[in-house]
Amino acid sequence: MAKPKIATTSLAGCFGCHMSLLDIDERILELVELVEFDKSPVDDIKNFTGRCAIGLVEGGCCNEHNVDVLREFRRHCDILISVGDCATMGGIPALRNTVPLRECLDEAFVNGPSVHNPDGKYPDDPEIPLILDKVYPAHEVVKIDYFLPGCPPTADTLWEALVALLNDKPVELPYQLVKYD
Amino acid sequence: MAEILEEAAIREICQAHDCNRARLLDIARAVHKKCGYISGHAMNLIADELSTHRVEVESLVSFYSFLSDKPRGRIVIRLCNDIIDQMNGAQLVGRAFSEELGIDFGRTASDGAITLEHTACIGMCDQAPAALINDVVVTNLSSDKAREIVRELRQHTDPQRLVKHLGDGNNAHELVNSMVQNNVRLPGPSIFSPVNRGEALRKALVMSPAEVIRAIKTARLRGRGGAGFPTGMKWEFARAAPGDRKFVFCNADEGEPGTFKDRAILTERADRVFAGMTIAGYAIGASEGILYLRGEYAYLRPFLEHVLQKRREDGLLGDDIFAAEREPAPPKPAGERDVHRRPGTAGRRPFSFDIRIQMGAGAYVCGEETALINSCEGMRGDPRNRPPFPAQEGFLGCPTVVNNVETLCCAAKILEEGPATFNQYGSEQSSGTKLLSISGDCRRPGIYEVSFGIELSEVLEMCGARDAIAVQVGGASGEMVAPDQYDRTICFDDLCTGGAIMVFGPGRNVLEIARSFMDFFVEESCGYCTPCRVGNVLLRERLEKILDAKGEPADLEYLEALCRTIKTGSRCGLGQTSANPVLTTLKNFRKVYEVMVQEDREGLKRSFDLQRAVAEAEELCGRESIHNHV
Ligand SMILES: Cc1cc2nc3c(=O)[nH]c(=O)nc-3n(C[C@H](O)[C@H](O)[C@H](O)COP(=O)(O)O)c2cc1C
Ligand code: SF4
Ligand code: SF4
Ligand code: FES
Repeated sequence: MAKPKIATTSLAGCFGCHMSLLDIDERILELVELVEFDKSPVDDIKNFTGRCAIGLVEGGCCNEHNVDVLREFRRHCDILISVGDCATMGGIPALRNTVPLRECLDEAFVNGPSVHNPDGKYPDDPEIPLILDKVYPAHEVVKIDYFLPGCPPTADTLWEALVALLNDKPVELPYQLVKYD
Repeated sequence: MAEILEEAAIREICQAHDCNRARLLDIARAVHKKCGYISGHAMNLIADELSTHRVEVESLVSFYSFLSDKPRGRIVIRLCNDIIDQMNGAQLVGRAFSEELGIDFGRTASDGAITLEHTACIGMCDQAPAALINDVVVTNLSSDKAREIVRELRQHTDPQRLVKHLGDGNNAHELVNSMVQNNVRLPGPSIFSPVNRGEALRKALVMSPAEVIRAIKTARLRGRGGAGFPTGMKWEFARAAPGDRKFVFCNADEGEPGTFKDRAILTERADRVFAGMTIAGYAIGASEGILYLRGEYAYLRPFLEHVLQKRREDGLLGDDIFAAEREPAPPKPAGERDVHRRPGTAGRRPFSFDIRIQMGAGAYVCGEETALINSCEGMRGDPRNRPPFPAQEGFLGCPTVVNNVETLCCAAKILEEGPATFNQYGSEQSSGTKLLSISGDCRRPGIYEVSFGIELSEVLEMCGARDAIAVQVGGASGEMVAPDQYDRTICFDDLCTGGAIMVFGPGRNVLEIARSFMDFFVEESCGYCTPCRVGNVLLRERLEKILDAKGEPADLEYLEALCRTIKTGSRCGLGQTSANPVLTTLKNFRKVYEVMVQEDREGLKRSFDLQRAVAEAEELCGRESIHNHV
């Protein structure tokens, strides 16, 4: 039987959640025994090669590209997991949600202390995805099956959750793994 | 110069209230009336006079909707925009006001003369759409009338002159002068029966306080304000509570949308209410009473003060009530008869009791008894933690009985005619009669006095609403009942209501109605408990999502779970009942929800609108989303 596939992505996140996944240390060897990585920054596969058992989503959606990727993940993955506070609640990027969009762009591209932009225009290369009116947590864009809290969730949290799901067990994480105070 | 005069006026107002911190609400109302608003400077002055902190004043001003810290017009138009008024065309009326004044709601006209606002139910649902213009009530509005009102106000600036035809009964009394109609469609045997002034009180005073309480218990009187707590037991607690100073409060806040029966009682049977309060005072050993009158009913205040004054003059209120009957009868001149003198009260100890009126200032939650007490102490109307219950520790820390207007009326009636007469109506658990205030899609909206235990279908028949598709019993915090349940009965064990019955006819959408009720609770939550402050907003958002046809089946579970959280995590009755419109429509009108929700086959959220989310960036960056080309 072919190994189940797993895909991961970082949307409006800092890659910290992916780092945390790498933090499972030598268990990464066990993991590649258990699963095959599909589309993911871990193996740099850019496009889905087929249906995946699990998708791990880091970060919420701050631009239209994030939305595309997230929707693609939903279409290809049986189980979709919001990993970390950015995916779950918007996290740090969502701090901009209370600031008008124009002010955000002005600060980033016109007025910021380290900005040199003599004609004061926003970058308009079509390759640059348009920014959304605010940062959306993943579950406001697609259906999410599981949420792993933390910034980032610890390696153990990720490991326990993956192992449980891959073995068709209920995800019942001990309190220590999901408490952050 | 004007400032100096104003400053003097504010200090004078404070001094007229003995610079008493507990009278801060009255002081703030008076300053507001004088200056049109309460400026930061005014707050400082008040704080200074009352030896308190400015933040205390500011916090109070920010709490009550009738108080403002920004300049407002000398005339404030407050149009009710609750569901019943909406159904009667309040939107058109609102537009007419808005156009004629040239301003949006929440604004003051450019000449600074008139402010336009929305308000929650003002207790005129049977003659909606209705508005308050300062203290003057205008009813049965139409867009034409709205325009005419604005034109007239611009000419003579006197809201009272808008009243062209006086209402029935005491609404036409020179101290009321109101166009409000009582609309008492079915006067029953208790509340609106003729009053023989002094009879109930006289009968009470020949009994011992314990006997009075026993009579109330024998009649099995339960509170008419909504919760149905046994009145005799409440009085007994207060009587037994230690303390020399005790209080009787009459709750005339009547803020539950759809409720307007206390309005008619206060207009037509104020004497009976005051008799009830005095009897309660005698029973629990109190000599002070407060009637908490909602700000919206300010038009009744001069009249009520007059009734109180007459009672004082007639020896029914004040020092040593029925003094003449208590003394051994002095020899009287031949031929003179004294109507007050009857046998029986001689020999008892003197009993003194007086009542003052405390005005509210536009806050529904102040109807909650502990919030009401806070409000009377000159504080924000935030509810208190219970226990201690008011009967143990209430106003100023003293044992306090809080009863609804109708409850106190019933108490007087029980003393007038005896518990057995009262008891012959109603059922074992719910004795006596109940006033219903019926509004909405029915031919005869108004007030009906019915026996407890009446079937809802009979009520609908009575008011001319045979085709009702839904009935909200108990106001915004009550239950939405579906047609297959119209055989349920009005009583404390089934459909419990403080009186409100709102009828919805064919074509009405129960989800829209529930949403409108949520608007009310979001506005009125005092904000202390997170489940109530935040939860009600989330409930409304999710309802709107469903109404927008963006909902999914999972949203219904979400609503149910959230309702439970709000109910169990809230401190006072507001939060404990605010989810009821959603919970009961979910239960009794499930199908209406189910046709509105749908699962997306690909697991995408139907509520997420990509086009809308990028619209602003498209405009700012001057290019289109790549999604427009796919
Ligand atoms: C939010 C809220 C609003 C209330 N409003 C009123 C009201 O307007 N009038 C009233 O009599 N009781 C109101 N009550 C009920 C009172 O807290 C209290 O139970 C009642 O006045 C007791 O009187 P009763 O036993 O005679 O009914 C309200 C309760 C809550 C929680
Ligand atoms: S949750 Fe924390 S670690 Fe993860 S992407 Fe967001 S900021 Fe980075
Ligand atoms: S339940 Fe609501 S209204 Fe009542 S105390 Fe809490 S926040 Fe205030
Ligand atoms: S007066 Fe508008 S709903 Fe009662």
